[in-house]
Amino acid sequence: MAGNVLNKEMIKPENLVYKKTKVLTDNVMHYCPGCGHGTAHRVIAEIIEELDIQSEVIGVAPVGCSVFMYNYMDFDMQEAAHGRAPAVATGIKRLWPDKYVFSYQGDGDLAAIGTAETIHACNRGENIIMFFINNGIYGMTGGQMAPTTLEGMKSSTTPYGRDWMQMGHPLKITELVANLPGTYYVTRQAVHTPAYVRKLKRAVRKAFEYQPMNKGVSFIEVVSNCNSGWKMTPLQSLKWMDENMLDFYQLGDIKLPEE
Amino acid sequence: MPGRGNYCLQGESLVIYKLTSKMAEEYQLMKGNEAIAEAAIRAGTDGYFGYPITPQSEVMEYLTVAKPHETTGMVVLQAESEVASINMLYGGAGAGKKVMTSSSSPGISLMQEGISYIAGSELPCLIVNVARGGPGLGTIQPGQADYFQSTKGGGHGDYRLIVLAPASVQEMADFVSLSFDLAFKYRNPVMILSDGAIGQMMEKVKFKEQVPRMTEFPDWATTGKTPDRERNIITSLDLDPARHERFNEKLQRKYREVEKNEVRYEEFMCDDADYVFVAYGTSARICQKSVELARNEGIKAGLFRPISLWPYPYKELDALTSHVKGMLSVEMSSGQMVEDVRLAVHDNIKVGHYGRMGGIIPTPDEIVEALKKQIIGG
Repeated sequence: MAGNVLNKEMIKPENLVYKKTKVLTDNVMHYCPGCGHGTAHRVIAEIIEELDIQSEVIGVAPVGCSVFMYNYMDFDMQEAAHGRAPAVATGIKRLWPDKYVFSYQGDGDLAAIGTAETIHACNRGENIIMFFINNGIYGMTGGQMAPTTLEGMKSSTTPYGRDWMQMGHPLKITELVANLPGTYYVTRQAVHTPAYVRKLKRAVRKAFEYQPMNKGVSFIEVVSNCNSGWKMTPLQSLKWMDENMLDFYQLGDIKLPEE
Repeated sequence: MPGRGNYCLQGESLVIYKLTSKMAEEYQLMKGNEAIAEAAIRAGTDGYFGYPITPQSEVMEYLTVAKPHETTGMVVLQAESEVASINMLYGGAGAGKKVMTSSSSPGISLMQEGISYIAGSELPCLIVNVARGGPGLGTIQPGQADYFQSTKGGGHGDYRLIVLAPASVQEMADFVSLSFDLAFKYRNPVMILSDGAIGQMMEKVKFKEQVPRMTEFPDWATTGKTPDRERNIITSLDLDPARHERFNEKLQRKYREVEKNEVRYEEFMCDDADYVFVAYGTSARICQKSVELARNEGIKAGLFRPISLWPYPYKELDALTSHVKGMLSVEMSSGQMVEDVRLAVHDNIKVGHYGRMGGIIPTPDEIVEALKKQIIGG
């Protein structure tokens, strides 16, 4: 290809290596450049397309950066109050037991204000998927301490670093819900390299495939970055996440279904 | 469990009367709370989500004994809190289903955020408040001090609930299907504002025939995006001020429509009355006796009973000022509805308030005394 001139010969179906899934809308995402939410959205949408279940899915968006998730997903969605997505998803799934229902929440939403809803939806073994995006900070409100903020990590409300003597310890809620008999599949994934994105995609596929089996909650944590909240460039934030977050929030399956 | 209602133990299972059309013709004796539960099953309710609180726990107890999932497929789920149950309602209502919850005053306070979201997302549902005395943990005895909370907002933002106040066990039952009709007609949450007395007392009640659960759902609901339609989104969020103001104006137009069409009230001996008690729910029942006592003393008294607390029957109350000399608002509170009575009659006649608090129910005699002291003699 010479210069900026596109070789029209290349635009053929057989040369296609990548395309946007039709389960995502054409709306421009509001996420900061470098943020992991967009990738997580895309992975979920791609699996819904691959499983051909677009007309069977009802999603629940949280309060937080992904509050507008419903603008980007081309299927039915409800926006929940802060922390209440698992309760909203419970209401939907109990009344539409044949649909695929998922909630999508950040760390403040799922592990602070919504802890009761999280624990009890998991404990009841609701047949839903819970996506948990953990970037260790309140992104939307401007970078305050989250329940998952690492010890020593700076945020706008822990400007000198999180001191556990005063602010408590970072909460590993994923390990906590894995201990409940109502969870069926619990895993921690990431989106900062292509290899991890592919792993996440396999996990998301499994979770959607498990749902019609009515075995309980599939819980997928995605450790992600918040370059804006962390006051870093996107690349710096990915490096920092790899070196710090993943040491504490170790990736991999935490609870696998008994085959 | 036996002795709490009219179900009985047969073999190893508790059996409730059968849901047949024949039974619909017969009177039964039961508590107000049980009547709400039975009426919910009969109304074809899809889901009940609740959390135990006195004095309304019989609602969920009755439902769990009745096992409606075996007869109508109705879902009954005990949530981890009132906060969770109101959000389960939001999810179910957003997905087009007929859903309800019940609670009592402190639990209803916990639900206010969810109720505001439900109103802001224009979702139909039924919330039952079997009210008790407050504030705070207050008492488990009956109260009517949630009038402001129910009719003037309660949660944040400019919204209204349609509020119905039953005064008998029969109305507890009848208002369930009425509430669902109104909720779906206007895409608006409806509240039945009852109190511990009506919830706990036993009276005869006749139920309607079983209505089948819905099989067709509103076109706005999240029932799964089929290829023939755009995706449905249930949200109360809009960051564009101009668009959000237009949405609020639309809500207000809807509320004006409700005010025009859905005012409900009952008059008792008001035609020739010089003085009128204004009361709803339990207080209205007591005031019926007060009317009788007053008339025995030669005082021409009547009773005006608002049934819809919102929309409030302002005009209908005002019309009585053509011949009524004074009104006494009787409430089990320090005086909340009396403000609406004053708004209705524009200071044209004398308006007073008599109330008891802390779970005390006023007697017919002390109400007549209050009428004499505040309105007739005052």
